[in-house]
Amino acid sequence: MLTGKRTWMYPKPPVIIATGTVVGPDEGKGPLANDFDLIHSDYEIGQSTWEKSERVLLEQAAEIALQHAQISQQQLNFFVGGDLMNQIISSTFAARKMAVPYLGVFAACSTSMESLALASLIVASGGAKYAMAGTSSHNCTAEKQFRYPTEYGSQKPPTAQYTITGAGTAIVAQKGEGPVITAATIGKIMDLGIKDPFNMGAAMAPAAVDTIQGHLEDTGREPGYYDMIVTGDLANVGHPIATEMLQRNGVPIESTQFMDAGLMIYDREKQAVQAGGSGCACSAVVTYGHLLKRIKAGELKRILVVATGALLSPLSYQQGESIPCIANAVAIEAQDNNGRKGAL
Amino acid sequence: MAVKSGGKKPAYKPVSMSAKEYKAFAKSREPARAVPGNCLKAFLVGGTICLIGQGIQQFYMTVFDMPTRQAASPTVATLVFISVVLTALGVYDKIAQWAGAGSAVPVTGFANSMSSAAIEHRSEGLVLGVGAKMFKLAGSVVVFGVVAAFFVGIIHWLLDLTLGGR
Repeated sequence: MLTGKRTWMYPKPPVIIATGTVVGPDEGKGPLANDFDLIHSDYEIGQSTWEKSERVLLEQAAEIALQHAQISQQQLNFFVGGDLMNQIISSTFAARKMAVPYLGVFAACSTSMESLALASLIVASGGAKYAMAGTSSHNCTAEKQFRYPTEYGSQKPPTAQYTITGAGTAIVAQKGEGPVITAATIGKIMDLGIKDPFNMGAAMAPAAVDTIQGHLEDTGREPGYYDMIVTGDLANVGHPIATEMLQRNGVPIESTQFMDAGLMIYDREKQAVQAGGSGCACSAVVTYGHLLKRIKAGELKRILVVATGALLSPLSYQQGESIPCIANAVAIEAQDNNGRKGAL
Repeated sequence: MAVKSGGKKPAYKPVSMSAKEYKAFAKSREPARAVPGNCLKAFLVGGTICLIGQGIQQFYMTVFDMPTRQAASPTVATLVFISVVLTALGVYDKIAQWAGAGSAVPVTGFANSMSSAAIEHRSEGLVLGVGAKMFKLAGSVVVFGVVAAFFVGIIHWLLDLTLGGR
């Protein structure tokens, strides 16, 4: 199972049997709108606080995934979840409603792939029949906690990113129909001294580079093994930096499609999102909504999702600390026709 | 078993930039901030807000027959009111993204900073939410405004003493 230094490769790859994706109005106006299960036309979603709204997004994404999987809440062994709120309240409060054994995790915006990696590890090791990975983010809760009140008129610099409103969940099972998880690589904390919370793409890029290289070295795979390598939310500033760093380090990244979920979810020409999308749900909804649909449609066979997270807190950056970052990668592949899992 | 580590190990250079090198590397790849454009927009919007203020003051002076000094207070109150309404309607932050300092510096920006914080933290209650957090952003303006006024006052007093006053 442990391959190389920090990669798990699964002899019997767990299957993503179902997903649930819920997004807000801005994502519903973006180019991937057709791939999401539920689009809300407002940010409140009938709730009295932003925090409650975010929680509802995750609850709905979980419900949808269970419906798609055609299993009951009781059959679900574990829910592995996390989010950006202090004390990960969105996940915890959603788990309260779900009443499923719960593992709370935090890796900022890379929580999406951290939770998927852990869920797949639990399933692959025989620790669960069904495990759900899920995460959420809400533009207004993130603005409120990390930046300014939502209605405060401050001008965002072009390096700033727009936290997406949404939630994504995936149910991982020992067997079934759907794409399989063949490997997961856990990131190291990388901190190259960026302190600007309005430039998280540049802060996170080295973490993405480190994890991608670690994954390729551990697995012995070339970038071209994947039809697409997708980073989580490096956006328009961080993604070109990561590309350049990979090239400098001798990684033939041009042999695959190297993309970024934060650049895919919005139309930056038409939507005022500065450098692009960010947030836990960014890589979650793009992966569970858009990319898995493309795998099922046969357009993609193997992808590596490298979710990136900036592990800062409002306190840490006000105290002048730099931003520690992490990236977690999960390899997802189409199940081949012979019923044999994994296209290895 | 199908799973194994690949035969040949690719050897890549590790991420080895120092913080100093990386900061310079990342800085040179940042999109440039449109400083001249932003200055022009700030000038135009800030100037427009002041022009509107002047119009309102003129209105109070002519309609209510107030002297200039007396008309200042209702003028500020009116601008603050407009700003709070625009904040509550969710418009002020959209204007600010375009206008920058133009909408932040005038009294309307101050009103926006207070009302936006009050709206945002209403969910935490009237005392610990609205009451305590209303000055979250405006508080520093008040504190440093008062401190600056104090020192300017001292300088003014010293100048009066040395130059004999007028």
